[in-house]
Amino acid sequence: MLTLRNLSKSYVAGTPVLQDVNLEVAARGITAIIGASGTGKSTLIRCINRLVEPTSGAILFENQDLARLSGQALRNARRHIGMVFQEYNLVERLTVMENLLTGRLGYVSAWRAWRRKFPPEDIRHAFELLDVVGLGGFAQQRADALSGGQRQRVGIARAVMQEPRLLLADEPTSSLDPKTSVEIMELLATVGRSRSIPVLVNMHDVELAKRFADRIVGMRGGKLVFDGIAADLDDAKLTMIYGGEGWLQ
Amino acid sequence: MTRPAAVSRAFPSDPFRRNVWPRIAAVALVLYVIYACSQLDVSWDRVQTGLQNAARFFARLFPPNFKRWDLLTKGLSESLEIAVLASTLGIILALPIGLCAARNLMPPWVSWPARLLVVMARSFHPVIVAIIFVKAVGFGALAGTLALTVASIGFIGKLFTEAIEEISLKQVEAVRATGAPFPSVLAFGVLPQVFSRFIGFATYQLDSNLRNSTMVGIVGAGGIGGTLFAAFQRFDYDFVCAILIAIITLIMIGEVLATAVRAIFIENATFFDLLRPGGKMRRVRHTDDD
Amino acid sequence: MATVVHNAIGDRIWRRFTPAQRLSRFVVYLVIVAAIVVSIQTIEVIPEFLADAPEQVVDLFARMWPVDFAHYPGSVHDALIETIHIATLGTLLSIILALPVGVLAARNLVPFAGINFVAKLVLVSSRSVNSLVWALLFVGIFGPGALAGTLAIAFRSIGFVGKLFGEALEEANAGPIEALAAAGAPWTSRMTFGYWPQVKPAFWSIALFRWDINVRESAVLGLVGAGGIGMTLDSALNLFQWNRVALILIAILAVVILAEIAVTQVRQRII
Repeated sequence: MLTLRNLSKSYVAGTPVLQDVNLEVAARGITAIIGASGTGKSTLIRCINRLVEPTSGAILFENQDLARLSGQALRNARRHIGMVFQEYNLVERLTVMENLLTGRLGYVSAWRAWRRKFPPEDIRHAFELLDVVGLGGFAQQRADALSGGQRQRVGIARAVMQEPRLLLADEPTSSLDPKTSVEIMELLATVGRSRSIPVLVNMHDVELAKRFADRIVGMRGGKLVFDGIAADLDDAKLTMIYGGEGWLQ
Repeated sequence: MTRPAAVSRAFPSDPFRRNVWPRIAAVALVLYVIYACSQLDVSWDRVQTGLQNAARFFARLFPPNFKRWDLLTKGLSESLEIAVLASTLGIILALPIGLCAARNLMPPWVSWPARLLVVMARSFHPVIVAIIFVKAVGFGALAGTLALTVASIGFIGKLFTEAIEEISLKQVEAVRATGAPFPSVLAFGVLPQVFSRFIGFATYQLDSNLRNSTMVGIVGAGGIGGTLFAAFQRFDYDFVCAILIAIITLIMIGEVLATAVRAIFIENATFFDLLRPGGKMRRVRHTDDD
Repeated sequence: MATVVHNAIGDRIWRRFTPAQRLSRFVVYLVIVAAIVVSIQTIEVIPEFLADAPEQVVDLFARMWPVDFAHYPGSVHDALIETIHIATLGTLLSIILALPVGVLAARNLVPFAGINFVAKLVLVSSRSVNSLVWALLFVGIFGPGALAGTLAIAFRSIGFVGKLFGEALEEANAGPIEALAAAGAPWTSRMTFGYWPQVKPAFWSIALFRWDINVRESAVLGLVGAGGIGMTLDSALNLFQWNRVALILIAILAVVILAEIAVTQVRQRII
C-alpha cells in the first residue's frame, strides 16, 4: 500500500506544481490519474520513485518514507518499484534481452552485470516474460529495430523483471495508436492482477481511463479535485478537472 | 468568352537572383593569392628552377635503397611502439577525464577543470610538445610517447565528452529507476550509447599516432623520423625513398586493421565476414583527421 | 539464432555473442595486449632521465620566465604573418588539386574501379606522409623557404580534402541526379546542378576545418627550414634563448586560437 502525505513540489520557489497532495493507493487494481497537461500528474508519479525530488511531504511505502531515503537505501527501494515510460526509454543500442536484464541491475553486482553474468533464473524469467508479452522470438533484436508498441511491451517486461511491489506508468500509451494503447493497458491490467500489486497510471485519454481503471483520480492545478470510480465521472466532474467546456462532446 | 484583362505585372528580365557577396569574395581571394605569393617570394623563376631540381631530385630518389634494412626496421618498430603505448596511455587517461568533462553528468566544479585540461592538451602541435619532453626526459622514445599521449588525451577527451553530452538522458533515467548502482547505470545507460563512436575515434587516434610517431623523431623523440632526417641530411635520397615507402605501407596496414577492429566491435562482424570477398565491412565515419 | 540455444535440460539460455564473434573479439584483445606488452619491454627508457624529469621541467619553465615580449615586433610578427600565408595558400592549392582527385575516387561519379583505386591510392599516400616530411622533401627540391612550406601543406592536405570530399559525394542523394539524367543533362551539368548544391555545405566545412589544422601545421614546418614561425623557433632553440622560445610558443597559441574563432564565425554565417 502506498500513501502520499502532504506531498508538495515547486520547481521554482513560489509556483508549486504539486500542492499538499494526500493520496492512499490500495493494494491492488489500476488507479488512473487524469488531468490537463501541466497539472502535475507526471511530477506526482516521478516523486514516488524520486526521479524528481519532492519539496516536502512523505511517501509511505512498505513501512518506509521514500522521501527520506538516499544512497543504497533508495536504490534498494527503487528495486521494488517498476516504471513504464511514455517514450519507452529503452537503451536503444542494446538487445531486447539486455534491456529486460537491466530490470535486474538493482539485484546483481555491477561487475557481474558488466560481464553479462546474470543468474540463470533471471534469464529463464526473461524468456517467460517475453512469451507473456507476445515477443517470443525477439530476444536478440536490437531495441531500436522494434515498433512503438513492441518497445512498450519490452518496457513493461523490464519493469516486471524487477519483481516489483508497485508499478508506475507515466503516460504509457500517449505515443501509441488507439489499438496498441488498448493492448498495452490490457497488459498492464494483467500484470497487476497476476502479481497482486497496485498499478498507478498517469494518462490523458479519459475513455481509456474509464475502461481500465478501478479508481480514477483527477488533478487540477497541482491538487486532487476528484477521487472516485469511472461511473462517477460525469461531464460536470470532467469540466471541473479539465476546465472549459469546448472539448466535451 | 472574353479573356480576362492581362495582369499588368512586369517580369524581371533576369530571373536569377545574382548574389553579389560570393563574387566579391572570389575577387578578394584572387587578389589575396597574388599578394601572398609576392610576400612569400614565390616567383615563376623560383618555381621553374625548382621543377628542374625536382627532376634531378626524383632521379636520385629512385630506385629505393633497402640495403640498410635493419636500421629501417629498428626505426619503424620504435615508431610502432611509440604509437601503441601513446594510444593505450592516452585512451586510459582520456576516458576518466572525458567523463569528468561531460556537463550533463558532472557538476561544473568537476567539468570545467577537466575541459580546461583537454583544451590545453590540444593546443600545441605534437612536435612542439615533443621538443619540450625531449628537454624534460631526454632524447628517445619516451619523449615521443609522452608527447603523443598528450595529443591523444586532447583528441579522445574532446570527442568522448561530445559523445557523452549527446546521449539521451531518458535511457539513463530508466536504468536509474530500476535501482541500479552508479557503475551499472554507466555500463547500461551511458556506455551502449557512446561505445561505437568511441571505437571509431580510438582506432582513428591509433592511426593518427602511427603517422605522428614517424615524425617526432625529427626533433629527437624517437622512431623512424630521426633515421629519415639523418638520411636527408646526408643526401642519402634513395634510402629516404625506401623509408617513405615503408612508412606509407605501415600506415596503410594500420588503416586496414583499424577498419577490421571497427567492424568486429561495432557491427559484431567475425573474421569470416571480413574475409568474404564483396561482403565488405561498411565504412564507419571518421569524425576528425589530422 | 546462435545466441539463444537450449542447454542440456532443455532450458533456453542466452549468450551475448556467437562463438565466431567471441573468437574474433578475443583475437583482437589478444593482439592488443601482446602489442602493449612487447612495446613496454622493448622501448628504451633511461631511468635516470625519467627520475630527473620533474627537475628538468621546472628548470625549463624557470628559463622561460620572464617572457621576452620585446622581441615580438621584430622577426616574430613577420614570421607569424608568413605562417598564415603558408597555411592559406597551401589550403587553396590543395583544394584545387584535391577536387578532381576526389571526384575520380567517388564510385557514383566515375564508375571505373581502376581509376577509383588509383585516385584513392594517391589520397592515402598524401595522408600517410606527414606535412613535416613533405616539407623535408620540398626543401630538398626548392630550397629552404616558404615555397617549400606551402607545397608541403598543399600536398599533405590533398589526401584529407579529397577523402572527405569523395565521401560527401558518395553519400549524395542519387534522386536529383537521376531526374537530371532523365531530362537529358550532360555529365557536367549533372555535376554542377545535381551534386554541387548537395555537397556545398560539406565542402565549406571541410575547407575551413583543414585551414584550421593547417595553421597549426604551418607553425612547425620551419623546424626543417620550410618557412614561417618554425624557423624563428628553430633558431631560438638552437641558441637556447628560452625567453624567446616562450614568446614564440605563446604567439603560436594566440594565432591558433584566433584561427579557431575565425573559423567558428565563418561557419555560422555560411553553413
